[in-house]
Amino acid sequence: MIADKPTPIISVLGVNKIYADGFQALKKINLEIKRGEIFALLGPNGAGKTTLINIICGIVKATSGTIIADGHDTVRDYRTVRAIIGLVPQELHTDSFESVWATIKFSRGLFGKAPNSAYLEKVLRDLSLWDKRDQKIMTLSGGMKRRVLIAKALAHEPTILFLDEPSAGVDVELRHDMWRMVRKLRAQGTTIILTTHYIEEAEDMADRIGIINKGELIIVEDKEVLMQKLGKKQLTLTLRQAMMNIPAELSAWPLVLSNDGLVLVYSFNAQEEESGIAALLSKLGEHDIEFKDLRTSESSLEDIFVSLVHQPMG
Amino acid sequence: MNIYGIRAIYRFEMARTFRTLWESIAAPVLTTSLYFIVFGKAIGSRMGDIDSISYGAFIIPGLIMLNLLNESISNASFGIYMPKWSGTIYELLSAPVSWVEVLIGYVGAAATKSVLLGLLILGTARIFVPYEIVHPFWMIAFLLLTAVTFSLFGFIIGLWADSFQKLQVIPMLVVTPLTFLGGAFYSINMLPPLWQKITLFNPVVYLISGFRWSFYGVADVHVAVSLGMTFGFLIICLAFVGWVFKTGYKIRS
Repeated sequence: MIADKPTPIISVLGVNKIYADGFQALKKINLEIKRGEIFALLGPNGAGKTTLINIICGIVKATSGTIIADGHDTVRDYRTVRAIIGLVPQELHTDSFESVWATIKFSRGLFGKAPNSAYLEKVLRDLSLWDKRDQKIMTLSGGMKRRVLIAKALAHEPTILFLDEPSAGVDVELRHDMWRMVRKLRAQGTTIILTTHYIEEAEDMADRIGIINKGELIIVEDKEVLMQKLGKKQLTLTLRQAMMNIPAELSAWPLVLSNDGLVLVYSFNAQEEESGIAALLSKLGEHDIEFKDLRTSESSLEDIFVSLVHQPMG
Repeated sequence: MNIYGIRAIYRFEMARTFRTLWESIAAPVLTTSLYFIVFGKAIGSRMGDIDSISYGAFIIPGLIMLNLLNESISNASFGIYMPKWSGTIYELLSAPVSWVEVLIGYVGAAATKSVLLGLLILGTARIFVPYEIVHPFWMIAFLLLTAVTFSLFGFIIGLWADSFQKLQVIPMLVVTPLTFLGGAFYSINMLPPLWQKITLFNPVVYLISGFRWSFYGVADVHVAVSLGMTFGFLIICLAFVGWVFKTGYKIRS
């Protein structure tokens, strides 16, 4: 018996976006976000990440295509959909003259929720903003303003949270606080979709990763699977004696010799069952090629990202 | 209906008013007091009655209307322009509020503020000139109708404007001249016959005339025409706003 596939919390179906000047920001995007996951959307500047988020949140109109969030069409049932979505925008757009407390109270009301001071207090305390509640937003630092935007997005208790470049211009401490909070929210059942330039963050945080380039979603994959499928491993051998060139008997392995002849590098695919390392090492032994050091490394998500973005998959 | 959403916008806008209380209330009241001193007392004392009304009392409805139009437009246009300018409009666009609710919030707050200001000017006038209000119900009705209509007009200007200069250009270059030429300080019967005809193309004439009728029972044009013209402008503004919301013009890319 085949288990029913769980219904995605967001389904993006064939979404295109062509701006008035003719620029196509999104090309037939199809994407499913699973309930309760942390999904990282990666892509270079201008790839279409923010456009896609803004279309889902209702800020930008799609030229064509449909988006279903929690079973509701985002255009037709916009009230139901928007009530469960929170958005932390990339830019620090704040009401400078308002106090922190007034602005989050406003956000909660705007999203149709009855006042709940106890909940708002908890949000502010979680974000270390409680002491600043009466301060005007204009007096806060950039990092604190980012916290205010997160508090505003959480004020109406959303079950889907979009974080558009939340780490941009944020110090290390806040970044750690923020990711701690994101993990906590996920543990409470909130689905989180984030875009980030810090790829190691996506590597650390995300369950699944989507890479978007020039308006096209070029890959969507579980993080582990992606790293395994597209990641490369390398075996680096530091030789005792320099070699002039690679012996013909070793031609079965794609080896690269350093200019000084002292380092031999063997690259292989991470997903291959047989790495060929054992055979290579025994071959080296047969030819009395001794090495004094051996180490292996594997490519990071950043390497995978760069290779995908610069050589789009066919 | 997202009642909490409407309430949030309305309170937010009213809070902005109270934060800038001096600019919002004190400045127009001071300006109006100066008008009463200069036109009502100094110059008005040398002028004869118009339609048996002392000149000081005659200019009250016009002065209130002058402030009402300017304040309604500037409150509403500034209210919706600010989030566009600061970028906080993202929240409004991503919130579960319909544009009718957004409109009720912003226009409601702008109109409330200008009605309060109108009543404050009316109270200030009492210090300088004795007057009576023959039709108080219609006075309030005209006050509310004009405040809502011109707040709506201001909301449209705020949506259209993409700079602070544009925000001020229509109130300064169109509304203020039309108000001055709309009979705020004179009866149109005092104009030469040709200008009496030309001035009927000025919509503000109908607003001031109707409002003055509610005070003293005398009007330059029939009160029903005044009411009809005001409603007509309200409907034009509503139709335009409806089109803006439908197409997303200047709001949603």
